[in-house]
Amino acid sequence: MSAVEKNAEYEELKKKIWCPPFDARFPNQNQTRNCWQNYVDYFRCQKIKGEDYAPCEYFKKVYTHLCPGFWVEQWDDQRENGVFPGKI
Amino acid sequence: MSTWGQLNLIDAASPLQSEMFLFHDHAIVLLLGIFSLVAILGVKLTFNKFTSHTMLEAQSLETIWTIIPALLLLWLALPSLRLLYLLDEQSNSGIVLKSTGHQWYWSYEIPFTQSLSFDSYMVPESDLNHGDFRLLEVDNRATVPFQMETSVITTSADVLHAWTLPSMGVKMDAVPGRLNSMSMFVEKPGVYYGQCSEICGANHSFMPIVVEAVSLKDFVNYLEGAE
Ligand SMILES: [Cu+2]
Repeated sequence: MSAVEKNAEYEELKKKIWCPPFDARFPNQNQTRNCWQNYVDYFRCQKIKGEDYAPCEYFKKVYTHLCPGFWVEQWDDQRENGVFPGKI
Repeated sequence: MSTWGQLNLIDAASPLQSEMFLFHDHAIVLLLGIFSLVAILGVKLTFNKFTSHTMLEAQSLETIWTIIPALLLLWLALPSLRLLYLLDEQSNSGIVLKSTGHQWYWSYEIPFTQSLSFDSYMVPESDLNHGDFRLLEVDNRATVPFQMETSVITTSADVLHAWTLPSMGVKMDAVPGRLNSMSMFVEKPGVYYGQCSEICGANHSFMPIVVEAVSLKDFVNYLEGAE
């Protein structure tokens, strides 16, 4: 494989992976709030704009990349039972 | 990993660890200077025949021996601060590796089109293969691509743990209810070992961390294969 092809392949591979971009609201090591805020924003966005509004999916992408799975499960349960502490 | 009789720090596999190594050397230079000076002065003073009963003050000497240590402290503090802020830098590209501490194992999540999640337990001594490292080997290694930023996000499901990888210069407390993130740039492929670094209970010594760094191509293949 030539260097050019290799480079093209690398760029192709890079498109498959993703990481939440830097958020100036959360510049520190502590990313707790970043995960939380994106989770709340996602459901708030859906509530205001409707469930099919595509731009809302960005929030989901961020929180699924930041939040541990067991946090999301807990919050989902809390929302179902109407005891979620955030304002949605 | 560290071995018996090793005098220096562990081999660096990330720019941050290289920086820490340099800072270590920088601090040692200062220490050697001070130790030598104090030793020489101590010996000189012990065998010195000059004494003075009339000398009550030496203003210029006092000034000099206040200013010089102050400068030396600055010489130590400025690179230290620089390193501190470098460590705090959040990564902006690459991938995310979520690690959660449990009593007593680590579990990992690698978000892709779907999130890949698995537990990573230590391999007990009776199950070790020839050449495996005792108390360091795990059944499922965390895999990351090399030559790429990895944002390691740690938290805990029960008590305090700490996710540590000495050759990457990463040591991050895993705190229940909090997400700590640290940027890790693995320079070269390999298998890297670490251990939980916050005393977390009876099996604290038996929850090692193993990261396998592979090429981006193998990494994507691995994730696609796991789905
Ligand atoms: Cu632990």
